[in-house]
Amino acid sequence: MTDATSARVATRARLPVALVIGGLLTAVVIAMALVSFVWTPFDVTAIDIARRLSPPSAVHPFGTDPFGRDVLSMIMVGARNSLAVALVAVGIGLGVGAPLGLLAAARGGWIDETVMRTNDLIFAFPALLVAVMITAVAGPGALNAIIAIGIFNIPVFARVTRGAALSLWTREFILAARTAGKSKTEISLQHILPNLLNLLIVQAAIQFAMGIVAEAGLSYVGLGAQPPMPSWGRMLAEAQTLIGFAPWLAVMPGLAIVTIVLGLSLMGDGLRDLLDPRLRRER
Amino acid sequence: MQGLEIHELSVAIGETRLLKSVSLSVAPGEILGLVGESGSGKSMTALAVLGLLPHQARMTGTVTLDGAVISNASDAVLRRVRGSQIGIVFQEPMTALNPLMTIGDQVAETIRIHGRGGRAEARAAARSLLDRVGLPADRFPLDRYPHELSGGQRQRVAIAIAIALTPRLLIADEATTALDVTTQAQILGLLKQLVQEDGIGLILITHDLAVVAETADRVAVMKDGEVVEVAAASRIAGGMAHDYSRRLLAAATHVPDRRPGVQTDAPAVLSVEGVVREYPGAPRLFGKRPVLRAVDDVSFSIQPGESVGLVGESGCGKSTLLRTILALDPPQAGRVLVGGEDIGRARGADLLALRRRIQMVFQDPSGSFDPRWRVHQVIAENFNLSPDRPDPVAARRRVDAMLEQVGLASADGDKFAHEFSGGQRQRIAIARALITEPSIIVLDEAVSALDVSIRTQILDLLADLSARLSLAYLFVTHDLGVVRAVTDRLLVMQAGVIVESGSTAAVFAAPTHDYTRRLLAATPDLHRNIAALGRPDLLSNITEETTP
Repeated sequence: MTDATSARVATRARLPVALVIGGLLTAVVIAMALVSFVWTPFDVTAIDIARRLSPPSAVHPFGTDPFGRDVLSMIMVGARNSLAVALVAVGIGLGVGAPLGLLAAARGGWIDETVMRTNDLIFAFPALLVAVMITAVAGPGALNAIIAIGIFNIPVFARVTRGAALSLWTREFILAARTAGKSKTEISLQHILPNLLNLLIVQAAIQFAMGIVAEAGLSYVGLGAQPPMPSWGRMLAEAQTLIGFAPWLAVMPGLAIVTIVLGLSLMGDGLRDLLDPRLRRER
Repeated sequence: MQGLEIHELSVAIGETRLLKSVSLSVAPGEILGLVGESGSGKSMTALAVLGLLPHQARMTGTVTLDGAVISNASDAVLRRVRGSQIGIVFQEPMTALNPLMTIGDQVAETIRIHGRGGRAEARAAARSLLDRVGLPADRFPLDRYPHELSGGQRQRVAIAIAIALTPRLLIADEATTALDVTTQAQILGLLKQLVQEDGIGLILITHDLAVVAETADRVAVMKDGEVVEVAAASRIAGGMAHDYSRRLLAAATHVPDRRPGVQTDAPAVLSVEGVVREYPGAPRLFGKRPVLRAVDDVSFSIQPGESVGLVGESGCGKSTLLRTILALDPPQAGRVLVGGEDIGRARGADLLALRRRIQMVFQDPSGSFDPRWRVHQVIAENFNLSPDRPDPVAARRRVDAMLEQVGLASADGDKFAHEFSGGQRQRIAIARALITEPSIIVLDEAVSALDVSIRTQILDLLADLSARLSLAYLFVTHDLGVVRAVTDRLLVMQAGVIVESGSTAAVFAAPTHDYTRRLLAATPDLHRNIAALGRPDLLSNITEETTP
């Protein structure tokens, strides 16, 4: 018995490697974003022409831009924007898409058809194009970027949820719940959703990463957060013409994007392993 | 030395010893039955013979086939041995065949891989092999795909592949377990015939003593990685020496102690009246969409305390009927009365009240619990049916009491279902059904997946509960042995229709319908074997053999 107990303690203590690395990378970016609220090395709006385009140094670890602004400070403040946009966009996708998927799987019939064909319709449009349309109509800005990215997350989550829910509905424990007199809504919330959670968490991590890339893309073409609010995508766009003699201007925001995307993807994988009680036992 | 010889074979992975000095032999033309419960090492022995052990396994001892040592041989040698000298047939014919290849190509592939002829010759050979296993050319051309065949026909293809290269030894690992009894009898007959005609040695791995008793020449009983006894198959029904072999036999033929508790004068707990259930068939290009009638005008009733068996082969409509009885699907005609009230029409609180009286135990002990719920939550879910749901503390107290009633500890409530063995899970399932204090429990193949000794315990538990709570049961199963042991009355279903019903003893003694007779004849039956032991010719057979 003591052997078994100590073995269990040992496996509990050993987190998946992917989760640890992913969590650390993500934590670094989140920490930067949080710290930027109270402190940045330099004021991101302070222009200092004398210091313009200085390469990375002890004073400016990530160098400065053509206006002499500190790149590290800009990345820190930009992280806020990136994370917020991606988080809310995933929230919209998960919050609307998952219930729609559960509903489609539970009800079937015309409800299922309506939900899924509407999803197909949204899928049929190139995401960035519609984002451009939305911002063209409503004007550029972080909020419109959030809405555009969020809408395209809805069918992703609806599909993943419906597909997995359909296969769960055929399982015997769902039959057991039905003989216990549970309604379809109760079964969806108490049995289907918890068993889908690991899938949704992994998908959310992937969509989060894609949301950050999408936000950077929108900002790159000038449709995301507007100046003077720093944004990773716009930093890349502005670095483009200077990449020959000031490469740090492109490399640093690029590295920031890679760090958070990689971190979130790894964390998604690790969380899936950690959250599955069957996998937990076997490890 | 002809045939297969296994000498002092031991296999270990890490500290775990999986096989302990296993010694067995199979002569050409002989059928050796290898029986034992899950984890006894039956399949491990087969894998060791084939050289298919996992990489981390350590093996000692020798395996010889026709005098040539094949244990610890190189991969190249073993690849030649597998397929060409040893053929194997697995349990699940669907997963053993490639769904994207025609059956002709799959048989021909085996011949060509081992360089026994070109494309045309291989196809010709495949044709004659399929003829031989009972798949004639007019109905089973070479370009059929596995999904177009039934389970038994697929198993015939698997056998054709296994014997394609005229092996010296055939290993059938639970090859008939997934099949219906009549199909099982045909496949066993085919294997027997092949063994006799070609002089192949056959290792028949199974958990079913009755199958071995009817098919094999000798039986080897395994327990915890050891062969505890090797005896003539004719001794299975009464002449086995080892204590464990006898316990296995006792478990297989066990009849629970049932007190007659049928209340014939009371109103029926369940009555099914003229139930019809249809499915739309595959749509056609022209004309009306055909209708498949899965349940056709079925009527029966069950009295309090009565135990009724519903038997029939897969696809006969048993499961569809069950779903209708449990009000999971509505009937197209007829009605299902639970305690005199129509469950199909009940709504809201009335439906909950009826569901409380009819509960269900499912076949798959791992699939019928939400993997994310703890056992006490699983059982307490049924409190949803009570008009006055107990508060969490009272609910937990009742769940704990129920767990103890079905032979588990109250602390088990905090675990997840996957932490339990198959038998314990079925106990949890029974506890879940009992918590609503039902008057009838429907058991859908509830003991089919269990080892015989565990099955015995579950059947005893059910008998005990029935006597104490005057519970009625509806046993839905393909296993006539179980039905015979535990039911008062028997319903035989074929193609959606109940073709025969009557008291279990009467149906077994004198079946009237042709289908019932075929079903009974196909069922391997230890009781019949024991009865046959009185025959002097069998007795003389036993005295000739000496216990090794």
